[in-house]
Amino acid sequence: MYAYDELDRTLINERVSEFRDQVKRRLSGELTEDEFKMLRLQNGVYLQLHAYMLRVAIPYGTLSSKQLRRLAHVARRYDRGYGHFTTRQNIQFNWIKLAELPDALADLAEVGIHAMQTSGNNTRNVTSDQWAGVAPGEIEDPRIWSELLRQYTTLHPEFSFLPRKFKFAITASAHDRAAIKVHDIGLRLHKNAEGETGFEVLVGGGLGRTPFIGKTIKPFVPGRDLLSYVEAILRVYNQYGRRDNIYKARIKILVHELGIEKFAQEVEQEWLATRDSALTLDDAVVEEIRSRFTYPAYEKLPHMPDELKKAAHDPDFETWRKNSVAPHKVPGYAIVTLSLKPVGGPPGDATADQMDAVADLADKYSFGEIRVGHEQNLALPHVARRDLPVLWRALDKVGLATPNVNLVTDIIACPGLDYCSLANARSIPIAQELTRRFANHDTANLIGRLHVNISGCINACGHHHVGHIGILGVEKNGEEFYQITIGGRADEHAAVGTLIGPAVPYGEVADVVEDIVEAYLALRERPDELFIDAVKRLGVEPFRERVYATR
Amino acid sequence: MTSPLEQKKIRIAGPSVVTANRTWDGVVIYRSPQHGWSVELSDAAIVRTSDEARALLAESAADDVGAIGAYIAPVEISDTGKIKPGNLRERIRSKGITIDLPVPA
Repeated sequence: MYAYDELDRTLINERVSEFRDQVKRRLSGELTEDEFKMLRLQNGVYLQLHAYMLRVAIPYGTLSSKQLRRLAHVARRYDRGYGHFTTRQNIQFNWIKLAELPDALADLAEVGIHAMQTSGNNTRNVTSDQWAGVAPGEIEDPRIWSELLRQYTTLHPEFSFLPRKFKFAITASAHDRAAIKVHDIGLRLHKNAEGETGFEVLVGGGLGRTPFIGKTIKPFVPGRDLLSYVEAILRVYNQYGRRDNIYKARIKILVHELGIEKFAQEVEQEWLATRDSALTLDDAVVEEIRSRFTYPAYEKLPHMPDELKKAAHDPDFETWRKNSVAPHKVPGYAIVTLSLKPVGGPPGDATADQMDAVADLADKYSFGEIRVGHEQNLALPHVARRDLPVLWRALDKVGLATPNVNLVTDIIACPGLDYCSLANARSIPIAQELTRRFANHDTANLIGRLHVNISGCINACGHHHVGHIGILGVEKNGEEFYQITIGGRADEHAAVGTLIGPAVPYGEVADVVEDIVEAYLALRERPDELFIDAVKRLGVEPFRERVYATR
Repeated sequence: MTSPLEQKKIRIAGPSVVTANRTWDGVVIYRSPQHGWSVELSDAAIVRTSDEARALLAESAADDVGAIGAYIAPVEISDTGKIKPGNLRERIRSKGITIDLPVPA
């Protein structure tokens, strides 16, 4: 966990006071909606179909049990008893009243949580690998650098009015769990030939209306130069990014139109002026940040304790363990993913009671720490393997032991037209129907890893472009239709999926996905050829034929 | 959502209402014939011509303190005079989300 200092606390509290005054002036009519809109957006407050929505940042996906309990409190006190974890390590509350928002933010500020820059044309919540600091083989904890970037970008005056929003993601593992290639800037921590730690910098990735996979702009930037190099990128974007057309305003369009070589030249030119400046990070600054991250006092524990051997006789436990438990860098410990994708449930939602239960379990079994992943699941990052059986039983009691992580029912979905003012079509009911169709976990396991991502509009909050199966809701003559893509992925081999054919009506989406899955099962070379690999080998044609032969 | 300015160019194709969200809590509201707002679609003022729609929208948008984002939305009027939302988005705004809430109200 990172311990906020007095500066952080003061900043957050001052922001709440400022926003309280702005809300008061809005409600009295002193501020018009036009004047107020940008102020509320800078504090994470949107207006959705039925109510205001508050988006709260969970920097690099790390929460303490105290913070999670406070989120539960906000859900219960100011909302309708639940929250929605998003694809960018945020949580959204869907029913908050404007008049009560300052109180909710004040309650969050007490535990160091805020909603600053979770909306608006500024640098957004810096996201990272939800297994940061505990994943085996990691170069180092990427959250140290995420926190540096968080501090640097928070209220940065030059980057508070960018052409459009701007998103960072950082990973330090070979396997990318942070989807860095679909972010405006993606950072991959690695070591160069001299053993120095630095970053591969990718730029211009993004989804939405015009999806692009990020391109490497510089294979290695030393850690000490991270801020100056990032600032050079942002300055070039700030200068040349298009402000005349919202659909062409993201950095991905600028990189695409200029070409990565030309864009890189511009950045290098800018970097010459800032490289050896106050932005250069000396070791003491990095160490100061590093020292504020505290790590558990791990015990020396066996890899295969008696409790685990005994529980292995229970097939239900074994199904869950194989699905939800990942290796930890410390022997005797494990990372446990908590699925927020129950059969028939809205993906990513957690009730206040569940949040409280997870906080209690984190205190008992995970040194009080919880993680949030972009796949809209939670994780307990420091669980002793001997505690896995008892943890599983406790999770099961609160509906958080669905053994479907990375399987066909572990669906990423945006709120869609049920909540969102931008959406054209519903996402959640589609996800719910799919989880019912594939409710049999044996079948889901037989299918293997398969990511289904659903967005209710082209803005792609459900990351449909990079779903192994992507589903995009569109509106045709007043009816909901859905375009289906296959072959997308968000990991280190990130790719945008390929459209398989004409959009299908709402009522046929689950049938189409079943057809695609059946085609895959029939066509795969062997049981361990994953869906995504089969699509790469076969192309989309066999799947297209299967889906449209009878339609 | 189309802004009031853009909607000035729009001709309505059938019976319509003006809807918005209430400022203090964001709740869906409809402009009533009494120059106020109601949370019930059945209370909404119905306009049938583009001129009427523009006038009602202008009146509604002038209430910046009470309502946000006023716009014209299509409705259907049944034989019995019941007002129904004219498209899916408006049905969801009027009747609420189409799924069960994670925590029953």
